[in-house]
Amino acid sequence: MSDIFSRKGDGAADRVVVRMTDLRKTYFMGHGSGGGLFGKRGGGEVLTVHALRGVSLEFREGEYVAIMGQSGSGKSTMLNLLGCLDRPTSGEYILGGYDVAQLDDDELSEVRSRSIGFIFQSYNLIQQYTVTENIQLPLTYQGNGIISEEAQERTMELARLVGLHDRLDHRPNQLSGGQQQRVAIARSLINDPYIILADEATGNLDSATSYEIMSMLGKLNDAGKTIIMVTHEPDIAEYAKRIIRMKDGVIVEDGPSPRMLVELDEENHAEVVA
Amino acid sequence: MGRILRSVKLGMKSLMLHKLRSGLTVLGIVFGVAAVIAMLAIAEGSRREAQARFQMLGATNVIYRSVKPSDEAQLSTGGRPARILNYGLKYEDFDRILATVPNIKKILPIREIRKQIRHDEHALDGRIVGTTKDYAEFNHLEIERGRFLSQHDDDDYKTYAVLGSDTAKKLFPYEDPLGQAVKLGSDYYTVIGVTKERASTAGIGGSLAAQDYNKDVYIPLSSCRVRFGERIMNFRSGSMEAEETQLSQITIQLTSTDVVSQTVPIIKGAVEPFHPKVDIDMTVPYDLIMEAERTARQYAIILGTIASISLLVGGIGIMNIMLATVTERTREIGIRRALGAKRGDITQQFLIETVVLSGVGGLLGVAIGVIIPYAIAQFVAETKAQVTWNSIILAFGISVAVGIIFGLYPANRAANMDPIEALRHE
Ligand SMILES: Nc1ncnc2c1ncn2[C@@H]1O[C@H](COP(=O)(O)OP(=O)(O)OP(=O)(O)O)[C@@H](O)[C@H]1O
Ligand SMILES: [Mg+2]
Repeated sequence: MSDIFSRKGDGAADRVVVRMTDLRKTYFMGHGSGGGLFGKRGGGEVLTVHALRGVSLEFREGEYVAIMGQSGSGKSTMLNLLGCLDRPTSGEYILGGYDVAQLDDDELSEVRSRSIGFIFQSYNLIQQYTVTENIQLPLTYQGNGIISEEAQERTMELARLVGLHDRLDHRPNQLSGGQQQRVAIARSLINDPYIILADEATGNLDSATSYEIMSMLGKLNDAGKTIIMVTHEPDIAEYAKRIIRMKDGVIVEDGPSPRMLVELDEENHAEVVA
Repeated sequence: MGRILRSVKLGMKSLMLHKLRSGLTVLGIVFGVAAVIAMLAIAEGSRREAQARFQMLGATNVIYRSVKPSDEAQLSTGGRPARILNYGLKYEDFDRILATVPNIKKILPIREIRKQIRHDEHALDGRIVGTTKDYAEFNHLEIERGRFLSQHDDDDYKTYAVLGSDTAKKLFPYEDPLGQAVKLGSDYYTVIGVTKERASTAGIGGSLAAQDYNKDVYIPLSSCRVRFGERIMNFRSGSMEAEETQLSQITIQLTSTDVVSQTVPIIKGAVEPFHPKVDIDMTVPYDLIMEAERTARQYAIILGTIASISLLVGGIGIMNIMLATVTERTREIGIRRALGAKRGDITQQFLIETVVLSGVGGLLGVAIGVIIPYAIAQFVAETKAQVTWNSIILAFGISVAVGIIFGLYPANRAANMDPIEALRHE
C-alpha cells in the first residue's frame, strides 16, 4: 500500500492540529447607507448576521469529524474559517501553530496551499485542465510553481489511489461526477495537508457513489489524515468518528459517532467474554 | 522563468477553450500591428527613395544651372522681338567661384548642346556634353571600354569623344567604336571610350530635369567651346532665334556635408549679383535630403499615429473580452484562491492571458505587416516599401504593452474577488 495509507500509529495521534477559542463570525450587510432615493432612512440600516456566535473546539491529528446541522446553522461558515478562506470577526484560531486571525491575505493563501485540502460539493475542477493538471493545481501556488519529478510521481500515485491512473489526460467534462470527486480528493492530498475539509462532498452524488467516496475518505483517515466534513445526511455522517451538531451558530452537541459507540460496545463485550 | 513559461502554456489552454472568441479578439491587434508596420514601411520606402535620388546628386554638391528667363522677364528688360538671347552661367562665374569660395573640393563645368550625332549613315538625336575629366565621377558613370576624358584632352583641345552606351549601339551597331570617328556638328571626333549603361535619373523638380546619360557624347569642354561657340541658332515658328549660353551647369563639390550650409551663401554672394535676371538656378541636394528626411519623419509620425489608434481599439477589444472572461470564470478564480493562489497569482494569470492574446496578435500582425507593404508596392505604381526592424519591434512592443495596460484592470478585478463569494458563483 502507498505511503499515504501507511502513517498509522506513529504516536502523534493526540497532537492538536486545530484549536478554536470563542470563535465568532458576524456578517454586516449594509442597506442603503449610500445616497440614492431610498438612502435616507436615518443613516441606513445595517443587517447583522451572527453566523457563528462563540465556537470553541479542538481537533487532534487523525480525527474524522462530521459537522451536522440545519441549513443556515453556520456549518459552511465554520468550514471556511477552518480552511483559512475567511478570518473570524473575533476569537482565536490556531492551525498547526499559526494564529490565523493574524495572517494577511497572502499568508492565508500560503497556509491554504500548504496545509489544507479542500473537497467541494460541486467538485470544483478546472474545466480546461486535464486530470493531472487539476491534481497538481495546489502545487503551482507553492514556491516557484514548478512541478518536481517527485511531485510528478506523487501525482501518479494519487491518481492510482483514486483509481484514475488511466484517465490522466482526460478533462473534467469527460468524467462522471464520482470520478470528478475522486480527482478532487487526489487534489486535496497532493500537498499532504494537515486537515482535509469537505463541504457536502457527496451532496451531488448518488448513494452508491457516495459510499464509494466515503470509504475512500475512511481509508485516508485510517492512514492518519485528519478529515472534517460537513454533511446533511446522517448515514454519511456515520462514517465519521466524531459528530458535531450546530444550531444558530453554536455547537449544541459534540460526541463520538454511533459507529464508534457500537465498536466500543463490541470491544467491551469482547473483554467481558474474555 | 519556468513558472512564467508554465503559466503561458496554461494560459494558452484557457484561451483555446474559446477559439473563435480568442481569435476574433486577436484580430484587432493583428490588424493594428500590421497597419503600423505597413504604414511605416511605406513611409520608410519613400524616404529611402528620395534619399537615394538626392544622394546620387551628391550630398556635398551644390549645383547651378542656367535657365532660360521667362518671356515676361525678357520683355521687362526691354528686349527686342528678334534678338540674341544671352543668359545663364558664364566662364567668369566659374572662375570667380573657384577664386573666392572656400571649402571646394572639386568643381565641374558643363556645357550641354542638343545636336545630331552621326557616323556614316547612322544618326541619333543626342546630347553633346562638353566637360572635364571629373564628369564621370560626379555622375557615377562607369567606363565600359577605353577611357574617359582626361586633363590633357582638355588642355590640348583634343577632338576626342566618349560615347554613352545607347549612342555607341546606335552609331556602331556592328563595329567596335573605339578609334572610329563620329560627326558632331561639322567636325569629326575620335571615339576614345564608351560608358556602361546607366539608369536614367528621375527629375527632382526645379531646373534638374530627368537625365538619360545613355544618349550622350562627352567631349573636352575646351574643344566644345572653340568648335561650337556660345551661340545656338534655333528656327522657331518661321523666325530665327539665337541663344547665347556659356555654361549649362556648374557643379561645386564641397569638402564635407558639414560645410554645405555655411558655404551656400558665399557661393550665392559670388554668383548671384551678376545675374539680376533670373537665369540661373541653384540646387542643394543636401538641403533636399534634409527636407526629405523631415517630411518623411512627419509622414511616418502621422501614418504611425493613425495605425496606432487601431492598436488602441484592438486593446479596448481585448479589455472588453477579458472583463467578460473574468466574470465568466469567477468560480475558477474562487477555486484557485481556495487552493492557495495569492492575489498576485491571479493577477499574473490573467495578465499573461491578455499578453499571450496580444502577443500572438502581434506576431501574426508582424507576419502580415511585413507582406502587405511589398504587395502594395507591387501593385501601386510609384510606391516603394521598406520594412525596418525598428518598426517591427515598435509595433510588437506596442501590442504587448497594449496587452499589459488593458489587461491590468480585468486582472486586478479578478484578483480582488472574495474567494468565498467567487466559489459560490454559478
Ligand atoms: N457572505 C455572507 N454574508 C451574509 N450572510 C452570510 C454570508 N455567508 C453566510 N451568511 C449567513 O450566515 C449564516 C450561516 O450560513 P452558512 O452558509 O454557514 O450555513 P450552512 O450551515 O452552511 O447552511 P447550508 O446547510 O444551507 O449550507 C446564514 O444565515 C447565512 O445567511
Ligand atoms: Mg453550507
